[in-house]
Amino acid sequence: MNFDFSDDLKLLRDQARRFLTEQSPPEVARHVLEGHEPYAATLWRSMAEMGWLGAAIPEQHGGAGLGYEGLCVLAEELGRALAPVPFAASSYLATEAIILAGSDAQKRRLLPMLADGSAIGCFALAEGAGNPDPDNVRLRVIGGRLSGSKWPVMDGGVAGFAIVVARDEANEIGLFLVELTAATASRRNLTTVDPSRNQASIEFAGARAEKLGMAPTGWQLVQRLLERAAVLIAFEQVGGAEACLEMARSYAMERYAFGRPIGSFQAIKHKLADVYVAIELARSNAYYGAWALSADVAELPLAAATARVSATEAFHLASKENIQTHGGIGFTWDVDCHLFYRRSKQLALAVGALPYWKNRLVDLIETRNAA
Amino acid sequence: MDFNDTPEEAEFRAEARAFLAANAEPKGRSRPVLRLGDMGADAVQRCKAWQAKKADAGLAAITWPKQFGGREASPILQVIYQQEEEHYAVPRGLFEIGLGMCIPTMMAYAKPEQLDRYVRPALRGEEVWCQLFSEPAGGSDLAALRTRAERDGDDWVINGQKIWTSGAHLSDFGIIVVRTDPNVPKHEGLTFFFLDMKSRGIEVRPIHQMSGASHFNEVFFTDVRVPDTQRLGAVGQGWRVSLTTLMNERLAVGEVHRPDVEDLVELSRSLMLDGTAAIRNGAVRERIAEWYARTQGLKFTRFRTMTALSRGQTPGPENSIHKLVNAGKLQDIASYGMDLMGMAGLVMDDDLAESYAMFQQALLSSPSARIAGGSDEILRNIIAERVLGLPADIRVDKDRPFNQVPTGKR
Repeated sequence: MNFDFSDDLKLLRDQARRFLTEQSPPEVARHVLEGHEPYAATLWRSMAEMGWLGAAIPEQHGGAGLGYEGLCVLAEELGRALAPVPFAASSYLATEAIILAGSDAQKRRLLPMLADGSAIGCFALAEGAGNPDPDNVRLRVIGGRLSGSKWPVMDGGVAGFAIVVARDEANEIGLFLVELTAATASRRNLTTVDPSRNQASIEFAGARAEKLGMAPTGWQLVQRLLERAAVLIAFEQVGGAEACLEMARSYAMERYAFGRPIGSFQAIKHKLADVYVAIELARSNAYYGAWALSADVAELPLAAATARVSATEAFHLASKENIQTHGGIGFTWDVDCHLFYRRSKQLALAVGALPYWKNRLVDLIETRNAA
Repeated sequence: MDFNDTPEEAEFRAEARAFLAANAEPKGRSRPVLRLGDMGADAVQRCKAWQAKKADAGLAAITWPKQFGGREASPILQVIYQQEEEHYAVPRGLFEIGLGMCIPTMMAYAKPEQLDRYVRPALRGEEVWCQLFSEPAGGSDLAALRTRAERDGDDWVINGQKIWTSGAHLSDFGIIVVRTDPNVPKHEGLTFFFLDMKSRGIEVRPIHQMSGASHFNEVFFTDVRVPDTQRLGAVGQGWRVSLTTLMNERLAVGEVHRPDVEDLVELSRSLMLDGTAAIRNGAVRERIAEWYARTQGLKFTRFRTMTALSRGQTPGPENSIHKLVNAGKLQDIASYGMDLMGMAGLVMDDDLAESYAMFQQALLSSPSARIAGGSDEILRNIIAERVLGLPADIRVDKDRPFNQVPTGKR
């Protein structure tokens, strides 16, 4: 047993942290949040040049071949930096969908563009309110054409194509590749609690939809995709939570009240100890998820659900208690606490919320016990 | 990252499996072994016999030096052994403190001839050890202890009282920290010894716990003579030696508490709620998922620690999270399981109670888990101060001679 990242990956993590500290300070997220650009395009280009966008794409398709553990390491750093880029949508979801389900021709065509950043993908599942559920998939592809609306779609407003979950003529759920051209896919950017990440509503009107791969796919494929993304997003959440804890800790050391640093009061110390505990548990579960994803083992579904539950709870706790530790100043626009609080909720909903994942987790325990 | 065994680990796992299959009963969903319960003479004998078998097979002290009967193997092998042992109902609860805390402290401070005398009998379970730390006036504030030792020729003479001593009534030897100088600040006036629990002047009185059992004791010392040769560390260095003991406590094997989340899954499959199995209920499922995630998080945190230790890192204060999480979870699961049983949740009669009454027993015993060995509050302080680096509490007693520190009425 060896339950730690390799020295090479730790080096990658250190490099990524240094790079993002310089290139993605909170002002960059704030710039997007305040509507000056839809995502940090300069940062995105640098990430492409460093090979991050194709971290898990096989080298034969233009990727860096860093593997999933490498992608996890990067995810944690991007989460810590609140990087306002369409990485989750494009790299965890669209890219993964193509790797999982795409035909060889589709892989050859799309993966190199995703790796070098010349194409941005997104993943369109939700059709309004409701957690992931096959009954909530109503859109249909008839005669190779898709109509109807999907919302919210993470980074749907900045992507060039979407992987759309829809039903085919036989009512089977599948994944469809759809170019987001204005004529057949009209997009509206949505107002959300976290404007540092684009969310769109996409109205398809007879858009050409190309099935991903040839074989029938079904809801299980969607679940597999969500599980893989859940592990990666868990790393973003752990990174974000840790940044919150560091902020709260620094502030508690510097801020004096009643003649002492507030961090010397047990009300603050115990609160931050609880945040630390939640993050450690989440980190350990995320590591197990990274191993399961990387080794592609049968434990992945349960490992992913566990990582998802833990990381979502940890980031929520860390981001709200960071504001609380700051007191009134933490509620102001100019202090960065709210950026993390917003991102925490965005990631908590991104691939299905806690009620979905907790239920799924228990489903998987029951399946395991029945075996 | 790799969860598969290396060839060496696989070989060891096979050895552990063969040993357990030949010598222990598989667990099934059997009656759980009670923690903090009364341990009768039969149970003591079973514990001792099992310990001797384990020691003779070289499985009782996997990470210890070979000269003391260990294997000098990686802590990962220790984890592997625990993973395998978890499938068996083995007698436990008598040697954890001695082998986890007392003997490691002896190894760090005792003389070679003392180690030759004491380590192997402890490892084989022939001699039981206890740890005499807490006092009526020194619990979370351990260094405020008042039991005195005064020098008299080649001996020290101990007077005072210890409390919450697990297993003192079953022990042959103990390690003890006492005050040898009340005229200096509290941490500077302590000295550490080991002693024979059969010494004249020691009286052990079991404490009748709220759970009804008696696992902890009060231990009274009246003119108990301990030779100076049984001093561990220098005079006045007792606090430093105590920290060695407590550091080992954090490393001591994490016990599997019952009921655990898997017991709750079983229970909620068998009980009905709203006309269907309770496990079909969304609220029940949410709770199960939360506890499962915490349980797994702790398990993998331990794996991360073991990986770090196997690379030569030393255990740090971050290990305080295990007991903090486990103890609270145990209490909550116990209470929730009883909620699922409805009005019958109160009942503990053997013939009527669900799941061998383990939920009810845990409800009554779990408060001690949140206090013993460092209360929740102390563990949070340790995490806040020693992991996160937040400022220490303001202490009014720190630089004052101990005999001038204010005390309350209790």
